[in-house]
Amino acid sequence: MDSYWMHPALPLLIGSLILPFLSQRLRQVALVVLPAFGLLNVIGLASTEAADITRHMDFAGYVLDVLRVDKLSLLFGYLFHIAALIGGIYSFHVKDRMQHFTGIAYAGAAVGAIFAGDLLTLFLFWELLAVTSVFLVWAGKGVEARKAGGRYLLAHISSGLLLLIGTVMMVSDTGELPTFGHMELDSAASWMIFLAFGIKIGFPIFHTWIVDAYPASTASGTLFLSAFTTKTAVYCMARGFAGEDMLIYIGAVMCLFPIFFAVIENDLRRVLSYSMINQIGFMVVGIGIGTTLSVNGAVAHAFADVIFKGLLFMSMGAVYLRVGSTKGTDLGGLYKSMPWTTGFCLVGAASISAVPLFSGFVTKSMIMFAAATYQPMDLTWLWFILLFASAGVLEHAGIKIPYFAFFAHDSGKRPKEAPLGMRVAMGISSVLCILIGCFPQTFYQLLPGDELGLAGEFKYSPYTLTHIVTQMQLLFFAAAAVFGMMLLKKYPAEVPSVNVDADVLWRKLLPGIWKKAIGPVFLASSAVEERLLGWVPAQAVRTFGHGLPRLAIFKEWPQGSIVVLITVMLSAYLGLQLFS
Amino acid sequence: MPFIDNNLPVLLVIVPLLGGLLSVVLGTIFGSKRDLAWGWALLVSWATFALVIETLLDVVASPHGSVVYNLGSWPGPWGIEYVVDYLNAFVLLVVAGIGAATTLYARHSIPSEIPGDRLHVFYAVWLLAIAGLLGITVTGDTFNVYVLLEISSLTSYALIAMGKHRDRRALLAALRYLIIGSIGASFILLGIGYLLMLTGTLNMADMHAGLVALDNYKENRTVLVAFAFLLTGLSMKMALFPLHMWLPGAYTHAPSAVTAFLASTATKVGVYMAFRFMFTIFGHEYSFDVLPGQKVLLICAASAVIIPNMTAIRQTDVKRLLAFSSLGQIGYMVMGFALANEAGMTGAIVHLFNHAAMKGGMFMAVGAVIYRIGRAHTADFTGLGKRMPWTMAAFSVGGFGLVGFPLTAGFISKWYLLQGCVQAGYWPLVIVVLMGSLLAVMYFWKLFEQIWFTDAPEGAPEVSEAPPTMLIATWSLILTSIYFGVHASFTVGMAGKAASFLLEAGQ
Repeated sequence: MDSYWMHPALPLLIGSLILPFLSQRLRQVALVVLPAFGLLNVIGLASTEAADITRHMDFAGYVLDVLRVDKLSLLFGYLFHIAALIGGIYSFHVKDRMQHFTGIAYAGAAVGAIFAGDLLTLFLFWELLAVTSVFLVWAGKGVEARKAGGRYLLAHISSGLLLLIGTVMMVSDTGELPTFGHMELDSAASWMIFLAFGIKIGFPIFHTWIVDAYPASTASGTLFLSAFTTKTAVYCMARGFAGEDMLIYIGAVMCLFPIFFAVIENDLRRVLSYSMINQIGFMVVGIGIGTTLSVNGAVAHAFADVIFKGLLFMSMGAVYLRVGSTKGTDLGGLYKSMPWTTGFCLVGAASISAVPLFSGFVTKSMIMFAAATYQPMDLTWLWFILLFASAGVLEHAGIKIPYFAFFAHDSGKRPKEAPLGMRVAMGISSVLCILIGCFPQTFYQLLPGDELGLAGEFKYSPYTLTHIVTQMQLLFFAAAAVFGMMLLKKYPAEVPSVNVDADVLWRKLLPGIWKKAIGPVFLASSAVEERLLGWVPAQAVRTFGHGLPRLAIFKEWPQGSIVVLITVMLSAYLGLQLFS
Repeated sequence: MPFIDNNLPVLLVIVPLLGGLLSVVLGTIFGSKRDLAWGWALLVSWATFALVIETLLDVVASPHGSVVYNLGSWPGPWGIEYVVDYLNAFVLLVVAGIGAATTLYARHSIPSEIPGDRLHVFYAVWLLAIAGLLGITVTGDTFNVYVLLEISSLTSYALIAMGKHRDRRALLAALRYLIIGSIGASFILLGIGYLLMLTGTLNMADMHAGLVALDNYKENRTVLVAFAFLLTGLSMKMALFPLHMWLPGAYTHAPSAVTAFLASTATKVGVYMAFRFMFTIFGHEYSFDVLPGQKVLLICAASAVIIPNMTAIRQTDVKRLLAFSSLGQIGYMVMGFALANEAGMTGAIVHLFNHAAMKGGMFMAVGAVIYRIGRAHTADFTGLGKRMPWTMAAFSVGGFGLVGFPLTAGFISKWYLLQGCVQAGYWPLVIVVLMGSLLAVMYFWKLFEQIWFTDAPEGAPEVSEAPPTMLIATWSLILTSIYFGVHASFTVGMAGKAASFLLEAGQ
């Protein structure tokens, strides 16, 4: 049985290479067949004896462990294939071959990353993720998308370099390739890797690439982007740093600050991007608490989030496709002509707000419950933060998005309903949201917590009376507060504006440093050749030689100066003995 | 054939040497016909390549990893000895492989830059240059090194000067190179002279034995002077910062095929020579422990990675840009060697090969642009991806390699180099290496964006794709770099063996 199943990344990666050469009709078929085949392949892997499935590959003098199958990687394996399938169907209408190609290759890279058994393999797919996904940002066309793509690439290349250095340091320490497993933050190497994951997961201050790049992409591009990059990082965090206390605090900050930005933001796709950071905050908290229950909650929430956040992004993408804008000020009253999209958006909103019977209810609550019952440390404060964040989610994602887009004041726009492919994709997501919400125990069986060797056991049932009542109260009062504020006209009005986030740091401070400090160094680089190095020879020539040296930048060095420099080097070598 | 098998090491110098001379004879008898001159050069260069591969296989098959050949059957220290071990077999492979590929490339490129009646002379000099570089690499005799060095240098000056028909500045560049190169060569000769004076022998292995046998050779001033002259001279030959000034001009104005060939081979042979002298003759202990040669070299190498790479960003001529980038890459190689641990040296040796493939391919792609457009300013690359897709794709893949992107050969080199730095505990160098790749991103990305994402300006020349021989040659190098980026076991294995061989030899 050894060679019966393919490496799970192969169907998508190889398939993506064929995509650009197919006609539109065949591409649509392939967009369904490739992820579906990949999904079957992963299901096949899951049912094969664990000992039978390893794949090794020689690379750069090392033997890479390119396939590690356990419940954690399998869960994300299912998830990414489902996301690719939904994304594929959603992008049926797209004529751009490049987007189909990079989208599927990007999904393949994500699948490869989560099945990576060692850090070098992880790094290879890490870089592939960055390069394939940036084309989806660029697919947004226009100057803004191009610039956002450049910044996006810079963030991800930095993350990749950190991962590379961390890996190299580990290799140098032990002499062999480190397997990718649990790490402690006790060496420079693991700190670098932690930071590499952190940039990709959207740690505060590093999060700006998310809100910067996602809204710049196309409708289907954003869907793909939202599914893979950050969730790969969540997987890596869960695998590498579960139980790291620092993550609790970082996660708490990630839960909180996006709420405020989301409330005042006018572009609804940007609202969703902030909401995404907020949801990842919940996952980071769960990973940080590090009990079986909380990590299960984190990965389960990642699973649910890809589906429902994808659903919301899809509905906004449909609006963007039909109206050409997702700014709250330009929208309103669209439910009249886009009833299907409205319905699906409401399902997504209900899921993200954790309404009972929807997926968010059965996943997010695990993290909150784990926080409330955590023994070694009193995390009541955290529970309240999470509670507040939940109310915030309801406000900006559960109410603001559908309300401003589809209801509110009538913009008078009557766009066509979304294309069939989009509606089918949104339908599948909606069904999944409700299925997970209604049959949580079946879903819970897939969760990997018990395999990770963490504290505590996994016994959890979301549908208890207290939980339902608490949640309904929360939802009711939060909703009442929002609509109350709207009635009293105290709610921050939709205004076309640009809000200032930490990206000021990157866009203004860093360019400032660049212009004031680093730039001059660059400008001086040739002058260093000319002046600093050339000064001595130039003076020497001036004093002892004929003619004047020309010092203007980019002028070739005069021979006399070069020869003097040679003499300087020779004396340097001769003088070596003085220092030895 | 036993004759060939028995005389492989010397044949791979003699074949291109005689081939070059015959090229003139052929030209005189049959007149200067374009395809005759080229065909002959192609035949000779590919035959040489085949001989090198044979030699390489011999080395791999031999029990102690080296093949020794005595010229005229005079043994050991008395006669001239050719010694091929893993290290120089690898360099030979680079030189002959690039020679073969660039000769294929030259078919269209050279006649567009050099008048038809000079072609057979050009190819004669061309083959002599190949012979010179191969000779330096293969020989185990220091004076032989000097003689062949002169052959390769004189021919390179001539080859660069032939760029004058496209660009008059080639003459000045060649003259400058000639002056610096001659100073360098005389320094090397002086160094060898001092060593001969001390040890009474010219054979490398014998020289090392003689040096070690000297009373208190570590304190000996003459050894120090020899060391200083050799290292300064060789720094000029390999264009190590800050003695690199001759290189950008020479590479920019030379004919395209010449640039592609010299950029991938000449400086690398210089690097090879420098470390052959330092490890095999002076010994690793003397060069690095007694003298702080390591520190000086590492500082030069680190500056070479940073400063010329920065200068590259601001270039407006793509050939010049690549020339500056080559200076940075030489910095990587020298750094790896100077780290003097196995990982670092493996990185350096494997980078000799990888960089030759990548940069050779990129220079060829730029040459194709010059062939079609007549020049290669950065502005000419705007929107060129749509008009010359295959050439530009090759250029871009090569660029990704320079950045050190995974699955390209550049990544393999970077990986081992970083490991070498970490193992030696030189943290600033780790940052320097990473800075180097970020700088490479900057100068390459600007071009990449222009090529693929910007529309050609109004009135841009309507050009078609480069001719097939050019494309085949370019892509053969680029694909080589990709292949050895994924399946690096051959290159890394060879480089690893060469590194441990060199480290042991110096003990």
